[in-house]
Amino acid sequence: MSDSVVTDTRPSPPAGAETRTHRPATAPPARILSPGNIVAVIVLAVLIVLPLTSKSFFVFQMNQMLVYAIAVLGLNILTGINGQFSLGHSAFYAIGAYSCAILVEMVGVNYMATLPLAAVICFIAGFLFGFPALRLEGLYLALATFALAVATPQILKLSVIEHYTGGVQGIIMFSDTFEAPVPFGLPMESSTWVYYFTLAVFVLVYILAIALIRSRTGRAMMAIRDNPIAARSMGVNLSYYKATAFGISAMVTGIAGALSAIVIKFVAPDSFTFFLAVLILVGMVIGGVGWLPGCIIGGLAMLYLPNIAEQLDDVILLFARPLGLADALPGNLQNSAIRLSGVIYGFILILLIYLAPQGAGGLIRAVVSRLKWLKS
Amino acid sequence: MELFLHQIISGISNGAIYACMALSVVMIYQAIHHLNFAQGEMAMFSTYIAWQMMAWGLVWWLAIPLTILISLAGGFAIERVIFKPIENAPVLSHIVIFIALFAILNSLAGFIWDFTIKSVESPFGKGPFMGSPLLGKHQAGMIGVTIVMLVGLWAFFRFTRTGLSMRAAAANPESARLVGIRVSRMTALGWGMAAAIGAVAGILIAPVVFLEPNMMLSILLYGFAGAVLGGLTSPLGAVIGGFLVGIIENLAGTYLGGVGAELKLSIALVLIIVVLVVKPEGLLGRKIVQRV
Repeated sequence: MSDSVVTDTRPSPPAGAETRTHRPATAPPARILSPGNIVAVIVLAVLIVLPLTSKSFFVFQMNQMLVYAIAVLGLNILTGINGQFSLGHSAFYAIGAYSCAILVEMVGVNYMATLPLAAVICFIAGFLFGFPALRLEGLYLALATFALAVATPQILKLSVIEHYTGGVQGIIMFSDTFEAPVPFGLPMESSTWVYYFTLAVFVLVYILAIALIRSRTGRAMMAIRDNPIAARSMGVNLSYYKATAFGISAMVTGIAGALSAIVIKFVAPDSFTFFLAVLILVGMVIGGVGWLPGCIIGGLAMLYLPNIAEQLDDVILLFARPLGLADALPGNLQNSAIRLSGVIYGFILILLIYLAPQGAGGLIRAVVSRLKWLKS
Repeated sequence: MELFLHQIISGISNGAIYACMALSVVMIYQAIHHLNFAQGEMAMFSTYIAWQMMAWGLVWWLAIPLTILISLAGGFAIERVIFKPIENAPVLSHIVIFIALFAILNSLAGFIWDFTIKSVESPFGKGPFMGSPLLGKHQAGMIGVTIVMLVGLWAFFRFTRTGLSMRAAAANPESARLVGIRVSRMTALGWGMAAAIGAVAGILIAPVVFLEPNMMLSILLYGFAGAVLGGLTSPLGAVIGGFLVGIIENLAGTYLGGVGAELKLSIALVLIIVVLVVKPEGLLGRKIVQRV
């Protein structure tokens, strides 16, 4: 997982010339045993061994983390690679989840086969939404997607489509078997299988994302991010690449949504509010905008930030008791502290923007370069 | 026909709320060329402050001006403390900070005042306005306050020295600084005024929708729709846009059947996208030309 977001400033070869890209002669030889790759293998190994050694609840949590990581990856393709904003990725997450749930429950498609279908549906939705959104720069796009995120739960509750979406109640998945069936008669529990399935999808999506970035399309997207006018004058079709980036990003986030439906076995409109979009954004900023490996850190953050808020009441009591204020606090401090979780997200976000605007990715890079400097 | 007229008038009275929100959105846009996604939560927080003061027994004609002053100071402080250090940061940083502010205010309000809904009395009283079956006293009051605020703002920007400085600072910060205008202070003042206008909007709307921490999310969306429709650079446009959004929302709710009533938020979504695509400068806004 080396740092793959390096803007390639070489001009693309003219049409008719040999289109295969060569590494420049001065580039250091590609090493298989680079530190980044070693870390990637270790992380992957830990994720594979995890279900063998841990309790099932922890496996479930890690499963959620992987789902969130895919969602963060999707948003990062849009924001980090293409430089467009979205406050509305909860909508694509919802479309993915609902596509999966409806296909499984109404049509009877195998849940694993729903993923490609959900991906296609989300790509089309994202592409179509991205198309008018193309004319919108930065802030206006944020506004349009904000509107999308706010409107999504209401659209899902629409009574005309209630027959399919289950209205406010939502859809319970696997209503006949109660859990995702394990294929090929594999000797493992359903939750363990779903975990490995999610992990496999995550690895696949991640590899495809890296391939995308290194492709001509990826470089065009990054050129648009860095300087739209220069990119356009070099012959990059802005509207095509921007809409494609939006579509791919929506697709990846939609896959995450579909997986979340399989993992949680339940979809309902109120799981896909604006706050989910905020959470995905927080995950991306914490992981590092434009740094793909950050998606795992972002997924962990999305999973554990609410728990940090729960720990907070202990901290408050620790300070309140010696001051004799413990009795003055509300009785259900636990619940009140959970309500404070928004405050904690907020402060973490503000601190990050001030201290480490590149997120975890920037911090790691800073530490690595400092270490290299010390060694030399 | 009477139904149509009734819907138009009730649309206008809803529109007054959106017009207030749109006005505060435009105020901040003028000052910093950003859309403040935390605007609604700032208004909600101000409304809670007003409610709290009235719950402590303060009369409304003291509580409301006090709230507006506190909001003015609060908006000023937010700009000074949070946004001044990242003035030149990229757009993403600003959006993230807006979202952070949104989360902080929303959950702080829930922590302090609980998520249960509270009802707020209208300062204009109950009952129909001058015996009219179409308009309540509160609705008439909202429309009146919005128009007074618009005229007040117009006069402020047209006739006062501070207003002129703010316009100069927004139009051309470099030149404004050279003629001795404290540009960053003007920006902060813009924030303060936006917060104060938001507080008025919140207090006006609280009697209609009940007070709770999430009350402003959809209102803010309509406010954005109004501001975009009227033009982000024009306060008058924002007010007209806000009223129009109210009317469109009501007519759609009445004449599109059940779907229209259920899809009110999506109407705002469609409106925003259509305006941004077809006429991004809005009805009364200036066309923004980008120099390469």
